[in-house]
Amino acid sequence: MTALPQPFADWFAARGWSPHPHQLALLEADGDSLLIAPTGGGKTLAGFLPSLVELAGSGAGLHTLYVSPLKALAADIRRNLSVPIEEMSLPVRVEDRTGDTASHTRRRQRVDPPDILLTTPESLALMLSYPEAPKIFANLRRVVIDEIHALAEGKRGDQLMLGLARLRTLAPGLSVTGLSATVEDAGALAAFMGGARVIRADPGPAPDVALLPTMALPPWAGGNGHYAAPDVMRAIEGARMTMVFINTRAQAELFFQKLWEVNTANLPIGLHHGSLGREARGRVEAAMAAGELRAVVCTGSLDLGIDWGDVDLVIQVGAPKAVKRLVQRIGRANHRYDQPSRARLVPANRFEWLECLAALDAVAEGDLDGEPRPDGPLDVLCQHILLTACAGPFDDYTLFGEVRRAGPYANLSRAEFDACLDFCVTGGYALKAYDRWQRLMLRGGLWQLRDPRAARDLRLNVGTIVAPETLSVRRRSRGGAPIGEIEESFAASLSPGDTFLIGGKVVRFDRLRETVVEVSDAGGREPKIAVFNGLKMATTVALAGRVQAMIGASHAALPAPLADWLDLQGRISALPAPGCLVAETFPRGDRWYLCLYGFAGRNAHQTLALLLTRRMEEANLGPLGFIVTDYALLIWSLDPVEDVAALLSPEDLRAGLDAWLADNALMKRSFRAVATVAGLIQRNLPGRRKSGRQVTFSSDILYDTLRRHDPGHLLLEATRRAAQHGLVDYGRIEEMLRANPRVIHAKAPHVTPLAAPMLLEAGRVAIRGAGEERLIAAEAARLMAEAGLDALDGTEIVAAQGFGGAA
Amino acid sequence: MRLPFRFAGQSFEALGSGALWWPSERALLVADLHLGRPDRMARRGGALLPPQGDAETLERLTAAIEAVRPARVISLGDAFDDAAGPEGLLAADAAVLRRLQPRADWTWIAGNHEGLTTPGFGTALAEWHGGGIAARHVARPGAGPDISGHYHPKARLAGRLRPVFLVGAGHLILPAFGAYTGGMDCTRAPLPGLTVPGLGIVTGAVPRAFPLR
Repeated sequence: MTALPQPFADWFAARGWSPHPHQLALLEADGDSLLIAPTGGGKTLAGFLPSLVELAGSGAGLHTLYVSPLKALAADIRRNLSVPIEEMSLPVRVEDRTGDTASHTRRRQRVDPPDILLTTPESLALMLSYPEAPKIFANLRRVVIDEIHALAEGKRGDQLMLGLARLRTLAPGLSVTGLSATVEDAGALAAFMGGARVIRADPGPAPDVALLPTMALPPWAGGNGHYAAPDVMRAIEGARMTMVFINTRAQAELFFQKLWEVNTANLPIGLHHGSLGREARGRVEAAMAAGELRAVVCTGSLDLGIDWGDVDLVIQVGAPKAVKRLVQRIGRANHRYDQPSRARLVPANRFEWLECLAALDAVAEGDLDGEPRPDGPLDVLCQHILLTACAGPFDDYTLFGEVRRAGPYANLSRAEFDACLDFCVTGGYALKAYDRWQRLMLRGGLWQLRDPRAARDLRLNVGTIVAPETLSVRRRSRGGAPIGEIEESFAASLSPGDTFLIGGKVVRFDRLRETVVEVSDAGGREPKIAVFNGLKMATTVALAGRVQAMIGASHAALPAPLADWLDLQGRISALPAPGCLVAETFPRGDRWYLCLYGFAGRNAHQTLALLLTRRMEEANLGPLGFIVTDYALLIWSLDPVEDVAALLSPEDLRAGLDAWLADNALMKRSFRAVATVAGLIQRNLPGRRKSGRQVTFSSDILYDTLRRHDPGHLLLEATRRAAQHGLVDYGRIEEMLRANPRVIHAKAPHVTPLAAPMLLEAGRVAIRGAGEERLIAAEAARLMAEAGLDALDGTEIVAAQGFGGAA
Repeated sequence: MRLPFRFAGQSFEALGSGALWWPSERALLVADLHLGRPDRMARRGGALLPPQGDAETLERLTAAIEAVRPARVISLGDAFDDAAGPEGLLAADAAVLRRLQPRADWTWIAGNHEGLTTPGFGTALAEWHGGGIAARHVARPGAGPDISGHYHPKARLAGRLRPVFLVGAGHLILPAFGAYTGGMDCTRAPLPGLTVPGLGIVTGAVPRAFPLR
């Protein structure tokens, strides 16, 4: 085993440390490595150790690039690295470069880069787009990618891997180290990096994870877990510092409020989620780092980030949804390497009780779930090609080879690459319209920007995160300090006087002024609404499958309330089990209900419900509405469904999907993201929207135009591919039908034990035949009535108002 | 569908497409067609938009002309995205526009985008006057009554921003007619100062009125 060079060995010894075996393994590693280590394993130092050792012998120019998904992490690492560097007097300059870095610093870094640069995938893509890129990166020896498991989950990872392929061309001989939390398939993650040797750190002791004992049983339905607030409070009182994870922002707001109602000891408890203002989040993070908080209620917003050594308890309120994420969250507790992490689960309802038990089994078996990563998306490749052109001329043959060396694009065909290139050059339309104004021109066998000034706009569009449009929330009085942000569609649904929760306070919506939602304090009253839209994660295939299996097997080992519930279901109707899809129909009041236990996750169920209600509408069954959970979907209608198997025919569903895609808000949302990443529409930068009028037009117009005139267009194809996962999640419907070939139609006399909780769930979706027009007509009529104008026709309105003009 | 209303002592009809029919002048008014926008964006090195945007706009304009059979068509400015707009049209789109020429007398009011520009027929003017009302690109406060465009007004109804006509005491402002146009919330300055109190008319299959307060 390679020994540490002397100054490093002394430094470790002075601190009473000895290097972990995986730290030494990385030091002696040749080529690319992927280090799988739990949090607190000295993972980051391990990643930097080889760089520091090499740099101690002094290098020239940029030696090591560190990429992390979080800006805050880059800043934190800089502080952490300064300790060994200063104490060993290493001649090493470390700087960070993110969206927050001042422009003069960024300019200087382009001319005089530090030895170690800490950055994000977006800032790296930007740096690679400058003509100076070959010079900046010529001496680059190492790249360290932190939290690579998180980056690999989305398009940011695809972009980063394309950037890495570029770096390998600019700096041959580069070594890449990926740092990852525990994942289900290290080999796949290594392949994502383009191939790497996997080094596993000692995973440490098995976690201590169990259900949190509660005074009351979980309720039948709902997702907020309020029944357990006193029990969670007691657990917080018994721990040093607790992270309470909860699945959505609205639930976090509500649970935070409930927790304070029972916080008799007045313990300092904070709230952290993505809709809070950056300052508010920063304050909570700083208070945690300083050990001033006893607990923080948070969402996925704290899944990543700085290690807080003091956290000794993690509580997950609500369904864990994914075993892998649960394990990673559990790892947030006890960052000390040699102690077990302690975590407690709090199911919010009976189905989630099953899911929590299933998740505990999976954790104990080390059976992490995860879906295979789809191939690299084409919109990201389009952006990469355009940004590559910003840096300088390229030839397509070389670039194709380089792109194929990026893990996510290893299977890219030349035809797909050419389609992306054609999109960048001519727009890729069937109708050739831009021969004169190609974005890229072929000169001397090399592709380059026709108009070099275009580089500025392309650089402004860098990145793959397309957030929903948000509006800032401000108090009307008190100087109007920003409280947080809400999605535009949520803001649009508010009427003056509506109250909602944000930042732990109930506020009243006063008005929407341009891009600001003005609110006033509404005291401690119950909020009318606490829903921020936002993506709800679906339970993974593997975990939902375990729940399905648990329901279908013997219930002897289950807690009595669960066993009784499922046994009753078996007597009245049918029990879902692996391989068979159970559908129930039953009457209730003057409605007929269809409950389908698909176990395909809420997104796929929502898509399926939309497709099924459409087909029911065609069959004149009078569908009126539906509701979905991760486990099932429930549709109510005027007439009963008689032939469930026919309704579920895959061919008809697929045909229906195509038609339905024509005008669907989810698809338009996916298209907007694809079109933005590919550079068809310029992203709305903060500030740009505020300045004057909105000159940009809605991406929906482009979607409709393409659907009508150019249905084979690359971006529609990319949108269809995106619809296989995520919001539309069509792939899981296909998988559900494939994995459950037997369809059981149970005709129950009345509502069944499994379906009853569905009736209590919030979030019903009404089916509207001629939807929007009717809504608009109703609102216009209401406004006219409010103004006392409803009895008058158009001609008289103006005259009655007294502004009929001078004539 | 059309919605009749009165402005400055005259009768008008708002078309669901965003065009305005003025029966006593037998005039069809449209604002902000922004023809040639895909070409202009491309020329300046920007995104290459689906090239059918102009065809969509011209299709809607043709439909409006067939619906009311006007003697005169008045474009209220920004008919072209810039002065080079007419040359930038795709050949097929230019042919559609030429076929519309004999259907009416054409008046092209100068907008801030194209200035005094015609596509080779009709008259380019800074302003047009008729029936005691001025037709101009931008409403001039205190100098009404005028009919104008420029602002691309939109209003939020049932949660969605839709293009609207704004009918105030002295100013009538049309929504943008072009396919590739964005919009501006009608609660944003200076629009309330021009058209409140008044009437908004939301476009769509059935144009509908609501009060502007």
